[in-house]
Amino acid sequence: MRRGKRNMRYVIIGNSAAAVGAIEAIRQYDQDNPITVVADEPHPTYSRPLITYLLGGLVSEERMLYRPPDFYERYEVEPMLGVRVVQVEPQERKLTLAGGGTLSYDKLLIGTGGVPFVPSVPGGDLEGVFTFTRWEDARRMRYFIEAYGVRQAIVVGGGFIGLKTTEGLLARGIKVTIVELADRILSASFDRTASHLVETILRREGVEVRTGTTLQEIIARAGRVDHVILREGERLECDLLVFAIGVQPNTALISRGTGIATNQGILVDDYMRTTAPDVYAAGDVVEALDRLLEVRRTIAIWPLAYRQGYVAGCNMAGAEQEYEGGIPMNSVEVGGVPTISVGITDPQEDGYEVLEEFIREEMVYKKLVLGNNRLVGAILIGDIDRAGIYTGLIRDRANVGGFKNDLLAENFGLISLPRDYRKHLVTGEGIVI
Amino acid sequence: MKRIYVNEEYCIGCRLCEIHCLVQHSRSKKIIKAFKEEIPRALPRVLVEEEGPLSFAMQCRHCAEAPCIEACITEAMHRDDLTGAILCDEERCVGCWMCIMVCPFRAIRRNIEGRKAISKCDLCYGEETPVCVTHCPNEALVYEEREA
Repeated sequence: MRRGKRNMRYVIIGNSAAAVGAIEAIRQYDQDNPITVVADEPHPTYSRPLITYLLGGLVSEERMLYRPPDFYERYEVEPMLGVRVVQVEPQERKLTLAGGGTLSYDKLLIGTGGVPFVPSVPGGDLEGVFTFTRWEDARRMRYFIEAYGVRQAIVVGGGFIGLKTTEGLLARGIKVTIVELADRILSASFDRTASHLVETILRREGVEVRTGTTLQEIIARAGRVDHVILREGERLECDLLVFAIGVQPNTALISRGTGIATNQGILVDDYMRTTAPDVYAAGDVVEALDRLLEVRRTIAIWPLAYRQGYVAGCNMAGAEQEYEGGIPMNSVEVGGVPTISVGITDPQEDGYEVLEEFIREEMVYKKLVLGNNRLVGAILIGDIDRAGIYTGLIRDRANVGGFKNDLLAENFGLISLPRDYRKHLVTGEGIVI
Repeated sequence: MKRIYVNEEYCIGCRLCEIHCLVQHSRSKKIIKAFKEEIPRALPRVLVEEEGPLSFAMQCRHCAEAPCIEACITEAMHRDDLTGAILCDEERCVGCWMCIMVCPFRAIRRNIEGRKAISKCDLCYGEETPVCVTHCPNEALVYEEREA
């Protein structure tokens, strides 16, 4: 461990996966200089993806923490929680806090995450209408559900967040209707076959799925949400409504004149540096490298937020580390059926090869997408055992031309991979072949 | 740290490693009870892959940079301070399967009997040597410290 002089201050805005990744990286290389974490949420770092499990009563409040209670102490971090940053001034290397205080930094990480996307609908501000991205949202929803005996809910959005929310509500015995604007659920990560299979599974669980439509208006009774009117005029009853469409980068802090370039999200280079000196950014707020598409875009998933934060932290502490790019991926279980999607799963352009297996009666669907003899995407429903092998092949851009006919074989495994690739996989880490 | 290394040319595909792993992770740790009486039956955390004359046993590699830990949303998956082994606190695991999605070794399995959680090699925590290694009849599995 390097022991240096106390001559600079790290400041991190945000307290989620990217912040934790950065803290753990910085302390690997620098045990001396102070780190301050500023976040508007009052909680110690917690697992955001667990809020749907908390809603469903599948984890307790105590189990929400993402790191042990002594984390800040152990890593010598000064937490300023429940404190909102209102302005970033890279020229002055300082932050202005709500209430007027300021905070100076030498190295800054912006990890402000995403804000829920909410379409503008009349009635969107009624009691009983929720967004669902924070611990507090789960608490408020649970309170509302218990206080008013909620029995039926509408989830707006049929993507991963919508489905996770649906699972949470189902676990509480609440009947759910999903309203999705696209003509099928999970349209961003699944192909048509997979979407329809998941819709079938949802219906089996008693979930109603309305696709190709949206809310016209949310109507109240006695001050609380009572029903909605869909675009086509149909009326759906509900005691609770959740907007679970997704998140967009929370760039509210990055006003013009800060010198921090943004598109939809904050632009970062391969070292997670923004365009302002000594200002880094990571997590759902950035547009970072997509390893497959080789473009910069937001991929708002937990493991990438941690990884980007980790890379940023290394570079902030002076240990050069390159971000290798991320691949979109997600895992969600619907009605006891596990599903995973990785990478490019439904290419519309020519030049891709598709391998498929579909056993409808067993709810099993597997699809692999190859481009130029390289695996670029996978959909797995019902049987996810080999998901990680496929993810590894996608990440490594391995040439699968020599064994592509084995990829979906019943006994496909590491043994099917060329000896050299197996060796590469495990070099120095455990297996000798 | 000490790790399990695999010599695939020595593996005879007998699957004794799987059987002893299952027994070790059963409640009774007794082979007949583990197979006959314990319901649900424990899962082996090592898997023998076989194709023609080639076979080898594969379990968690306890990676130095572990994608399963980065992907875990609950901190159930963690590195043991003492041994460096990657362990999963199955009580904290919520069965989101993110680790299965990222483990290139297929070393993590779903355990859906009872409470959902993952199941993986713990290097037989507390034992001198993992049981798959002690019971391997041909030294296809060895447990040792090597230079990285």
